[in-house]
Amino acid sequence: MKISAFWICIAVIFLGGLAFTEVATNEYYFTALYVILQATIMAIAWNILGGFTGYVNFGSAAFFAVGAYTAIALDKALGLPLPLLIVAAAVVCGLIGLGVGYLTLRLKGVYFAIATLAMAIVLETLVTNWTYVGGARGAYILTPENHLWFDSYIQMLFMLMLVLTLGSVAISRKLNSSRLGRGLAAIRDDEVAAECAGVPTLRLKLISTTVMGAMMGVAGAPYPFFVTFVDPVSAFNLFVAVNAIAMPMIGGTAHWIGPVIGALLVGSMQEIITVNVSSELNVLIVGVMLVLFISLAPQGIVGLVQKHVLRRRR
Amino acid sequence: MLSLDLFANAIVAGVLLGGFYAAVAIGLAIAFGQLDIVNIAHPAFVIVGSYIAYIVNTHFGLDPVLIGVLVAPVFFLVGVGIYRIYYAAFERTGQESLSGLAFFFGLMFIIEVVLILVYGVDYRLVRAGYIGETIEVGFVGIPLRMLVPFVVAITCTSAIYLYLSRTFTGRAILAVAQDRLALQLMGADPVRIKQFAFGLAIATTAIAGSLLIIIGPVEPSVGRLYIGRVFAIVVLGGMGSISGMFIAALILGIVETLVATFMGPSWAPAVAFGLLLLTLAVRPAGLLGR
Amino acid sequence: MSSAVLQVTGLTKRFGGFVALQGIDLHLSSGERLGLIGPNGSGKTTLINCVSGALYNDEGTIVFENEDITRTPPHQRARLGLARSFQIPKPFHSMTVLENLRVPLEYAAWSRSEHRHIVDEAMAVLEMIGLKHRANVNSAALTQVEMRKLELARALAAKPRLLVSDEAMAGLSGSEVDEILEILLALNARGVAVIMIEHVMRAVMKFSERIVVLVAGRKIADGDPQAVVANEEVIKAYLGE
Repeated sequence: MKISAFWICIAVIFLGGLAFTEVATNEYYFTALYVILQATIMAIAWNILGGFTGYVNFGSAAFFAVGAYTAIALDKALGLPLPLLIVAAAVVCGLIGLGVGYLTLRLKGVYFAIATLAMAIVLETLVTNWTYVGGARGAYILTPENHLWFDSYIQMLFMLMLVLTLGSVAISRKLNSSRLGRGLAAIRDDEVAAECAGVPTLRLKLISTTVMGAMMGVAGAPYPFFVTFVDPVSAFNLFVAVNAIAMPMIGGTAHWIGPVIGALLVGSMQEIITVNVSSELNVLIVGVMLVLFISLAPQGIVGLVQKHVLRRRR
Repeated sequence: MLSLDLFANAIVAGVLLGGFYAAVAIGLAIAFGQLDIVNIAHPAFVIVGSYIAYIVNTHFGLDPVLIGVLVAPVFFLVGVGIYRIYYAAFERTGQESLSGLAFFFGLMFIIEVVLILVYGVDYRLVRAGYIGETIEVGFVGIPLRMLVPFVVAITCTSAIYLYLSRTFTGRAILAVAQDRLALQLMGADPVRIKQFAFGLAIATTAIAGSLLIIIGPVEPSVGRLYIGRVFAIVVLGGMGSISGMFIAALILGIVETLVATFMGPSWAPAVAFGLLLLTLAVRPAGLLGR
Repeated sequence: MSSAVLQVTGLTKRFGGFVALQGIDLHLSSGERLGLIGPNGSGKTTLINCVSGALYNDEGTIVFENEDITRTPPHQRARLGLARSFQIPKPFHSMTVLENLRVPLEYAAWSRSEHRHIVDEAMAVLEMIGLKHRANVNSAALTQVEMRKLELARALAAKPRLLVSDEAMAGLSGSEVDEILEILLALNARGVAVIMIEHVMRAVMKFSERIVVLVAGRKIADGDPQAVVANEEVIKAYLGE
């Protein structure tokens, strides 16, 4: 019953997206929605490691940027089509997640968090010094002529992002309620006890970091075609990392719907503020919301709602 | 072949830089190493220290180091306040590993953005008589803008080292992470000790910030580069060990200067983070750890 | 003669320069009830950390049911049938009591069967432990004695051949101690060997078929409970010089 309800929702959203590309004419809507969907994937990905497993990743921007730069490099070298670029980005970023995890996940959790910060700067320095993809000056990407049956390229990118987001939601939901997800939750609650209950903690943590990395790479791969100009400063933007943390924390990390709610809410708010006020203020508001939520409502919006519902029932 | 005088200059500059790094890292060595508080916002406080030095210096012409010393007590109180929030919201409930980290991350972010909103992304600097002067020793030039921070940093770290090892409160701070129970039996309240120690850790950033802006101009996002540096130093130094931290700071200063001299400045930021990743992968206990 | 479920030979563990355990030999027959006692800091917890795999020993071997597990990671030891409970309860606090049991059932006991079947198994364990009525309560909301029971229940759900119970009774009242004792005896009656680490001597004497005494990282006595507590060296170690 419940499963089918979920898939019906997915199908309705997909069809709704398709219909929207037929109806809407203002390109701005697709640009704004693309940005929100991109943030949603990042938030879902972050939450798989952060929320489900309990390990903080500060280097989300690096995974995103590596996804983008993998696409740029392979587009330039081989001229691969976008779907293949996305797959390649997923593989590269998944391997990076696996590598960082392998190096640091045997240590205390904070070392992993610090290592992801370190990794972000090392990768940024590498890309800045890599002239093939433009180095510090950045790279221009030509938007392909072909946009299938859509009216414009941005509409196609929007639909692509929608599909990727729905896929991420499905993966995250599946993880949350599966045997694997219970193993991850056990690790988050008490790693020593989890290990003694037979949970192969290191392997599960590595799976978790790999899935997270791959998903962030997927979110980053279409980015060059969306903005048409990428430089290290914009791709490795700290704001991407902050959003990836803030959105799940605001929405609620324990449940798969949390990061989705957080991303849609905060993402939409950001679009409105950026257009009407200023983007710096926008960034400040996210930071303040993050700190307020984790201090005052650590379970996020989902937690607040659950508490409210429980109180009602009593 | 390497040019000898270039090499010698780089080593001297590296030692001076490393000494200054010790002043930036010592607060984190206390917070992260001793108290187990992963204060990612540490460098952000250093930047705030720099901006206060800049503001007071431009308006009243006070010496930056003096400003740092005068502002330190205020920073101490801020540190105490932050620890109170941290304790109430995360430590007491056992949430520090995830939410606590994110809390400091958010704090860092807020500080940076507020500075950008108020002062923009322009580089700011201070004026003092010694900035711009250089002492020549043979073919090695020692700029005073590096030497003054070095001397202040050495004084500052030595004072804290003596304080921690010689006084009752200092020893209690060293003990708080290892043996809470023993501390309680001695009649000391661990939470109060941590609160005091975290205040001390933040107070050091006021001075470190004033040194930072003597060395060179500062803008808000400079702090981010220091995250890698301070954590690399503290982890490489073996967490909490002040002498290990000092040696690690010198190593980082020297390696960074050598890399900047011989490979180009654009590679320098990766040195600290590379060193950190390497330490974590190969020897997480640090230089002086078991 | 019954076969050995656990055979520890010459186990030594050092922390830096400090020798926490020195050449420990320990034999446990299938289905045996062993009491492990010793003053604080004598190395009891270190020994069971080595046996369960939370720590690796520096010298010596650990053989579990004819398999050398000296370098086997803890989760695999759990799968082989070696379970432990923790002195300070470590519930999976975001889960209900029932979900807490699902983790060892799905991972250690390798139950790949249907959802409903796993729930039945978990309920059976809870019934035996006396926590059935609390199955759907969040584990963070349990009382102290219930948390101890949950520790044992979770260890049981792993379907062990050997259970190491680390001070499951510390700080409990007299009647609560009896409750835990009954659970351990009932478990043993099903053929599970038990190592009980305990300070509550009344319980140790009542439970153990054999007692091992550790003092300062060495085994100083191993044998019949009555004989061991009459041993002069043991008395000296417990009462001081």
